[in-house]
Amino acid sequence: MGILQFLFWLLSAVALTGAIMVLASKNPVHSVLWLIVVFFAISGHYVLLNAQFLAVVNLIVYAGAIMVLFLFVIMLMNLNTVIETRKNLWMKAAGIISGGILFLIMISVVRSSADMVSRTAQLKEGSIGLIETLGKVLFTQYVVPFEISSVLFLSAMVGAVVIGKKD
Amino acid sequence: MSNLVFLVPLFPLLGFLINGLFRKSLSKPMIGVIGCGALLASFVVSAILFGNVAAANRLHPGQPIPATVLFDFINVSSFKIQFAFLADQLSCLFLLIITGIGFLIHLYSTSYMHEEPTEHYGRYFAYLNLFVFSMLLLVLGANYLVMFIGWEGVGLCSYLLIGFWFKNDNYNYAAKKAFVMNRIGDLGFLLAMFWLLAKLGTVDYNQVFAKTALLSKTDITAITLLFFVGAAGKSAQIPLYTWLPDAMAGPTPVSALIHAATMVTAGIYMIARSNVLYSLAECTQHVIAIIGLATALFAATIAIKQNDIKKVLAYSTVSQLGYMFLGLGVGAYTGAVFHVMTHAFFKALLFLGAGSVIHAMHHEQDIRNMGGLKKYLPKTHLTFLLGCLAIAGIPPFSGFFSKDEILAAAYAHSPIYWGIGVATAALTAFYMFRLYATTFLGNFRGTHDQQHHLHESPAAMTIPLMVLALLSVSGGFAGVPEVLGGDHQLHGWLSGVITSEKTHHLEHSTEYLLMGVSVALAVLASVFAISRYSKKPELQEATGLGKVLQNKWYIDELYDAVIVKPLLKLADVLKNVVEKSGIDGIVNGVGKFVHYSSRQLRLLQSGLVGSYILVIVLSIVVLFLVFWNQSIILQFVQKIF
Amino acid sequence: MPIQYYIALASCLFCIGIVGVLVRRNAIIIFMCIELMLNAVNLLLVAFSKMYHGGAALSNATTTAGVDGQLFVFFIMVVAAAEVSVGLAVIVMMYRNVHSVDVNFLNRLKN
Repeated sequence: MGILQFLFWLLSAVALTGAIMVLASKNPVHSVLWLIVVFFAISGHYVLLNAQFLAVVNLIVYAGAIMVLFLFVIMLMNLNTVIETRKNLWMKAAGIISGGILFLIMISVVRSSADMVSRTAQLKEGSIGLIETLGKVLFTQYVVPFEISSVLFLSAMVGAVVIGKKD
Repeated sequence: MSNLVFLVPLFPLLGFLINGLFRKSLSKPMIGVIGCGALLASFVVSAILFGNVAAANRLHPGQPIPATVLFDFINVSSFKIQFAFLADQLSCLFLLIITGIGFLIHLYSTSYMHEEPTEHYGRYFAYLNLFVFSMLLLVLGANYLVMFIGWEGVGLCSYLLIGFWFKNDNYNYAAKKAFVMNRIGDLGFLLAMFWLLAKLGTVDYNQVFAKTALLSKTDITAITLLFFVGAAGKSAQIPLYTWLPDAMAGPTPVSALIHAATMVTAGIYMIARSNVLYSLAECTQHVIAIIGLATALFAATIAIKQNDIKKVLAYSTVSQLGYMFLGLGVGAYTGAVFHVMTHAFFKALLFLGAGSVIHAMHHEQDIRNMGGLKKYLPKTHLTFLLGCLAIAGIPPFSGFFSKDEILAAAYAHSPIYWGIGVATAALTAFYMFRLYATTFLGNFRGTHDQQHHLHESPAAMTIPLMVLALLSVSGGFAGVPEVLGGDHQLHGWLSGVITSEKTHHLEHSTEYLLMGVSVALAVLASVFAISRYSKKPELQEATGLGKVLQNKWYIDELYDAVIVKPLLKLADVLKNVVEKSGIDGIVNGVGKFVHYSSRQLRLLQSGLVGSYILVIVLSIVVLFLVFWNQSIILQFVQKIF
Repeated sequence: MPIQYYIALASCLFCIGIVGVLVRRNAIIIFMCIELMLNAVNLLLVAFSKMYHGGAALSNATTTAGVDGQLFVFFIMVVAAAEVSVGLAVIVMMYRNVHSVDVNFLNRLKN
């Protein structure tokens, strides 16, 4: 097993553990922290896949900005002591079972798909994940969606202000 | 001039509309004038038409009279039915009978119905006019459809008039009975019409009769039999005759109108009109003759023991109609039409005479409470006697000629028919003179009060009686047979329409013998009846066979037990079981199921986002499964469909 | 690396996110689970992009095939950032009104 494989399995394990812990922890602050772990693991995957730009953006946007926002809200509202009351066990079991079934089905569908069998993803090589290639495509071919996303941000900003305003 | 024909039914229709719509605001004399005037105008036009047809007949003998097309009634691509009137020899004869006798009955009614409140008086005349209008439509129509319109109209009006005193439940039942019985017959008529349309695509008389070659033997037999079912309903033949005696519930002039001039003759008219078809269907003719004979004999036996003056006349009508059907059955169409005519005269006379008696007796109809009315009601008595003589077939009154013609034809067909016919004729004479003797001879048996108020009816009632008496006496001379030195004008007159008359040649001596026997029997029966009933009439309740006869052979009870009760039971079962638990169960069950299932489904809408997401996830799973296995599912679905 | 592994990993993360949405009632954690699901999809997109690029690079070394997938991821992140800002505002609003972030208190849809 080469170093790449080892890293893949390690990152995968970290990501899955983190994801499960997000659910399992009672304290929302812990959940946020575990989620940050997941994001770091995913960013590691991006690096393995030689998608450096996305790895960095993932860290900055998700692990940095978004999760800080989450933490901010939790701290601000002092939610870390909130304990969920009256757990509905039946509902929990139903949720876990249906999620498991969905997982099984998705796996089994993809396993039997002829398109996916014996295909591999490039690791460590290929230049499309580099910022130069992505930047060229983004500012030529995808320039209109890019500009539109700025409008989306503006409206999201306005929306957040309007909703959060104390009336 | 033939364009005048639309005026004939127009006048009664106008009379109906005016009297019907303004019955509350018009005065009684005004209503009477309008009602009678409409009929008189109609009669005049009919007479003119009759003259025209006679002239045409003289100029071009044997040439058919063209129909007058008023407008296209149904016009759908190749299917076309015209609203056309045909005023030929047969129609004109019936027109004269209907409007003439109808007018006399209207005149009589103005006096007879005088005690009614104005509103009902107007209603009465409106119905009467509508009745005549329908009958004229029936007779004038140039195809079976127009005839059917009149046919239905007559049925409706009979219902309205029999149930005229609608506050009495029994009268309403009688009306309903008449209507339902008629409907049964109408169904036969309708089916026959459909059959004709299906086979020939036309119901126009001339076209149908011209195309008879296209019909198979079965077709003709079935069509004629179905038409005969219609005729049996309308003309009160076995087994659909029971409505007619019950129809006595209506006012007496209505009975006269139904029995004499209109309605019951519709069946005879229809078969006489379709004589071309009937002559091709031997089987149907046998059926008609046998049913006619059976009805004649059967009704005559019932009439012997009836004590209601109108009931006796009603059964005698049924019996006489049986004669007419016998005539039709043996191919003597002219004889049947002739008998319709003479019967119209004397039966109208008898009914109006009975009405006069009832009027004088203050609505007493039981003959056991009458007697000795001869000296109180001289005019009524005389005219009634003439009517009795006519119906009994005593020469030279009109009934003799017409009945004898039918009997002669029956003899030519089969002596057995003749034998039963003659027996019935003797019975007819017997019960008519029993009625006459019990009513007019002997001593008065009513209450003192009634005796005190006995009076001759006013002129408006006696004049029609006298006119009808005159016609009853002389009407027979329109068809004096060859053997008695006449030339049978009616025969010549109708030869253009009735083309398939079965000619029979009897030796003159045979004919004399037949006449002699029937007349002798009639005279004997009459004399016997008078001598038996004038002095000591039958007052006590009948026993034995008499009781059976008095109860009309228990036919009503039989129908009740065999048809009505099972039908009611079936209806009960349908109502209580099939309707309540079956149909209601299904309908309510669907509602309950939807209600219940929506109640249960409502629980899925918990309002909790989590449960919605759960459903979404499960749905995704299902979609995956479906997509994955779609070829198997498709095969399965294809196997099902 | 076989693409199946990535698919399995991404599916697993996605399903964990779904289970989280189903079993937890804290609105903020549900929101985080949604982010987790988005990231699972992102990972899969990048993996597919590299798989596609690897296939195309065999015949043409300078091709940029597969770059669209990564741009998609970029745009998903853009949308996710906007979504988070609005969503957190909504949660704050909700906490202000019902003094709880339990989604079961938000069952007004029921009536």
